[in-house]
Amino acid sequence: MSEEINITKHIFVPKHTKLTEEEKEKILEEYNISLSQLPKISKNDPAIKELEVKKGDLIKIERKSPTIGKSIFYRVVVGNA
Amino acid sequence: MVKYTYKKIDRITFSLLSPKMIKKMAAAKVVTPELYDREGYPVDGGLMDIRLGVIDPGLRCKTCSGKLKECLGHFGYIEFARPVVHIHYVKTIMTFLQSTCNDCGRLMISAEDVLKYKSKMDKALERNDTTTFRRISKLVRLSSRNIKKCPHCKTKQFTVKLEKPTTFMEDNKRLNPIEVRARLDKVPDDDVYLLGLKAEHARPEWSILTVLPIPPVTMRPSITLESGERAEDDLTHKLGDIVRINQRLFENINAGAPEIIVEDLWDLLQYHVTTYFDNSVPQIPPARHRSGQPLRTLSERIKSKEGRFRHNLAGKRVNFAARTVISPDPQIGLNEVGVPKQIVMELTLPEFVTEWNIEWLKTFIKNGPKIYPGANYVIMIDGKKKKISAETQELLITELSPGQIVERHIVNGDIALFNRQPSLHRMSIMCHKMRVLPGKSFRLNPAVCNPYNADFDGDEMNLHVPQTQEAIAEAEILMEVQTQVMSPKNGLNVIGTIEDAVTGNYLLTKDLTMSKEEAVQLLLSIGVTDTERLKKFKANVNGKEIFSAVLPKDFNFIGLCKSCKKHKVCQGKKCETDSFVHIKDGQMLSGIIDTNTIGEGNGTLLRDIHRIYDEITTVDIFGKIFRLGIAFLAKRGFTVKTADADMPEDVQNKVKVILDLALADVDKFIAEFHAGKLKPFPTKSLEDSLELMILQRLNEARNEMGTLIGKTSRPGNSTLVMSQCGAKGNLLNLAQTAALVGQQALRGKRIDRGYKERTLSLFKHNDLSPEARGFIRHSYKKGLNPIEFFFHAMTGRDSLMDTALRTPKSGYLYRRLANAMQDLKIEYDFTVRDANQSIIQFSYGDDCLDVSKSDGGTIDVKKIVSEVAGKND
Repeated sequence: MSEEINITKHIFVPKHTKLTEEEKEKILEEYNISLSQLPKISKNDPAIKELEVKKGDLIKIERKSPTIGKSIFYRVVVGNA
Repeated sequence: MVKYTYKKIDRITFSLLSPKMIKKMAAAKVVTPELYDREGYPVDGGLMDIRLGVIDPGLRCKTCSGKLKECLGHFGYIEFARPVVHIHYVKTIMTFLQSTCNDCGRLMISAEDVLKYKSKMDKALERNDTTTFRRISKLVRLSSRNIKKCPHCKTKQFTVKLEKPTTFMEDNKRLNPIEVRARLDKVPDDDVYLLGLKAEHARPEWSILTVLPIPPVTMRPSITLESGERAEDDLTHKLGDIVRINQRLFENINAGAPEIIVEDLWDLLQYHVTTYFDNSVPQIPPARHRSGQPLRTLSERIKSKEGRFRHNLAGKRVNFAARTVISPDPQIGLNEVGVPKQIVMELTLPEFVTEWNIEWLKTFIKNGPKIYPGANYVIMIDGKKKKISAETQELLITELSPGQIVERHIVNGDIALFNRQPSLHRMSIMCHKMRVLPGKSFRLNPAVCNPYNADFDGDEMNLHVPQTQEAIAEAEILMEVQTQVMSPKNGLNVIGTIEDAVTGNYLLTKDLTMSKEEAVQLLLSIGVTDTERLKKFKANVNGKEIFSAVLPKDFNFIGLCKSCKKHKVCQGKKCETDSFVHIKDGQMLSGIIDTNTIGEGNGTLLRDIHRIYDEITTVDIFGKIFRLGIAFLAKRGFTVKTADADMPEDVQNKVKVILDLALADVDKFIAEFHAGKLKPFPTKSLEDSLELMILQRLNEARNEMGTLIGKTSRPGNSTLVMSQCGAKGNLLNLAQTAALVGQQALRGKRIDRGYKERTLSLFKHNDLSPEARGFIRHSYKKGLNPIEFFFHAMTGRDSLMDTALRTPKSGYLYRRLANAMQDLKIEYDFTVRDANQSIIQFSYGDDCLDVSKSDGGTIDVKKIVSEVAGKND
C-alpha cells in the first residue's frame, strides 16, 4: 500500500481521547468503580493507535447519539483482546 | 422437627476424584453384576448392595443404619481390570500428550519460559483474574505443541493424534490407556499448573479411570411394576454392563487369554464406560434398552431442556395454579379475569382467623368444600391441617379461634396472576382481580389481549393465586393491569380499544345525534353513574357529547385523527375532515375518535388520561370507552356484507380502464425489452430492470384502484368504515376483494419457477406476460381462474412455511438474548450494570429516560409547559 489510511479521520470513528490521571481518578470516584469493572479496549485498537496509551489508561469516547446528540463513554486500555 | 445447620459457603472447588479418594469415600466394593438373590434380597457386592443405601421400605442401610429416606445413600466403587479413558476428559488428555515430552514428561518449553509464564499466572490468580489465567495457559499450550525435540531431555517427539472418540495415536501406533496414564503420571506438578490445572485438585492421570465410583442406589431407584416385576434404572443397567465386562476381562487376563481377546474386551469396557458417562457422543452408537430406546445416562440427566438444571432447578411446578381455555368478555373490567366456579372451589386462599373476621369465616366453613363460597381446610394453631367435611364441620366451627387459618374458596375481588406463554415481556404476567363466572373458560377483556398476545382460537392461559399477604401486596402494587398500560419497550400504550370498540366510538363521534333518552340509556348501560351530567343533556344529544360523558370533567386534550390531511398550518376546528380532536374541560368540541386517539399503541388520548389521572380512574375510563364503543355499535347495528365489495358500473369501467392501461404499458415494456430498446436502471441488469418496471407498474395500478374504490364507495360501507377508523382491514383488502387481487410475489420477485423457463406447462417458454408470471386480474369476489388460483396457492404456501420456520428460530434467538441480558439493571446513578456491578452503559439510553414514563420514547416539554401553565386552546 502506497498510502497509509488513518481510520481515526473517518466519520464513523468517534473521537477517542486519553484522560489524565486526575481525570481518571475522578471518573472512578464518580462511578464508585474499579478499573476491572469498566468496559475495555485493546491497546492495539486502531482507534487509539496514535494516543500512545499504556495498560490501565482510561479512554474517553465521544459518540454521536440519536437520543441526546453526543454521548460519552469510557473504556480502560487492556493488554490483548 | 427438622434440624437446620447454617453454614456460609466460602468457596467451591471443582476437582477430579483421585483413585485414592474414590476408594476412601466408598462404602462397598462392587464385584458382581448380580442384583438380587433368589429371595429378592440385594446381593452383597452387587450393584444394589444395601451398604450403598436402601430404596426398599423396611430395610436398613448397612453403612449408616438409616431407614428409607433417612439414609441418603453411599458411594461404592469398582476396580477396573484395565484403565479406561473418561470421555469428558479426552480433550485435557490430548493437551497433556501434545504439550509434554513422551519420555521425561516435562512441558516442552524452555526453563526461562516456564518461570516467566508461572509468575504471570500466579499474579493473575492473585487478582482473581481467571480470564488472564486461562489465556496464558492457552498460550503455554499452543507454544509447547508440535515440537520435534524435547528441550529438556532432547528426545525425539512424535505428533499425537486423537482418533475419535477415545483412541490416541502416536506415529500411527495406538497408545493404550495404560501407556497414556504412565505418561501423564510423569508430568511434574509445576507443569500441570502451567497447563491450567492445580495438581492438588486434579492430576492429569486421574482423567484415566482405574477405579469407578458407583453412585448410591438412592439416585438410581428401581421401580416395581404392577406385575410385581422390578424395573431397574438406566444407570443400574449401564453399571451392570460395566461390572459384567470388567469381570470377564479379569477372568480372561488371569486365564492368560490371547491379547486380541483381552483387547476386544477392553474396548468393550471402554464403550460401556463412555456411554455410562455420556450416551450422546457422536461416532458412538448410543446404548439402548431392549425396546430400542436409548438409555438416559449421567450426562443426559443433567444436560439440556429435560435435564436437571432447566427442568428441575430453573423450572418448578407449583400449587394454586389453574389452566384453561380463554374466551372474551368485554363486559368485565380490564383488570378482571373471569374464573369458572369449578376452579374457584379448588384454588383457595389462606385467611388468618381474627376476632373481626371469625364470623365471616364461619360462613365459609358452614358451606364446606362442596357449596360455593366455602372452604376446604382449616389449619390449626399447631400447624395440623384438617379437611372440612360433613363430619368435621360442626367441630371446626365451634373450635374456630383466632390464630387458625382457614383455606377458603376464592371470592370476587381476590387477586391472581394471569399468564400466557411464551412469557416474552413483563406484560405476559399481570395481576387481575378474579370474578367468579359460570362456564368453564377464563374470561378476559379483549382490550388486554395485546400484552398477552392472546386470541380466542383455542388459546389457554394460566392463573396463579398468591398465598401470602406479602405476595398479594407485591402483585397488586407492581403487576396489576393498570400499572402495565405503558410499554417499557417504546413508551406507547399496550392496552387500548380494538376492533368493534374503535368502530363504535368512531361512528358515535362522527356526525351523529340521538334523543336524550337513547343517550342516557346507552351511557347508563355501560356504567356511567354521573347522573348530574346526564341531566344536563338537551333533547337531542350529539355523539361527541355522549363520548364526553365518560371523560373526567377537567380533562383537556388536543390530537389528530387518522384522516388528518397534514396541512402545513393545522385548520383546527375548521378542518374539512373534522380531524382536529379537541377536548376542553371534559367536553369534546371537535374531531372524531379513531385508533389514533384510543387505539392500541398509538392511543394519544388514552396515554394522556393515563398520565394525568390515577391508575384506577384510567382503567375505569378505558373500560367505559371500550364498552361505549361496543354498546353503541350493537345498538346501531354494523354488518360487513358482500355488497361492501360491489362497485357501481361506472367504477367497474374505470377499474377496467386502469387495468387495461397498466397491461398495455407492461406489454410495451416487454416489447421494448425484446427489441433491446429498454433502458436499464443504473446498477441493474436488463432483465432485472424489466421485472422491476413491471412490478412497479402493476402495483401502481392496484393502488390506483384502491384509492378509486375508497373514493367512490357508498358512504357507510362497513368495510370502508372499519379501514378508515383503523379498526380492522385496509383499502388494499377491499381493493383485492372488489377489483383485483394483483401480482403474486415469491421472494420479492414475480413467480418465475416451476417448469423449465416457464411457470406452468400451458405457457410458452420465457413468456414474460403478467398472466404467465402470477398476475391475478380477477377479484376475490369474482373468483380466480385455475391458473390464478394455483399462483395464489403458491404464495400462500410460501408465507405459511415462512412463519412456521421463523417462529422457532426467532424464539431461540430471543431466549439467548434474554438470558444474556437478564441481570442488567439500571442503578440509581443511571448507569446500566451487570451482576458484578461492571458498567455496560454509562447513562441508560444516553438520555436516562424511563421509556414507560415517556410519550413514545420522547418527552414533549412544550405540552407539559402548556398543561402546567393552563394554556390550552
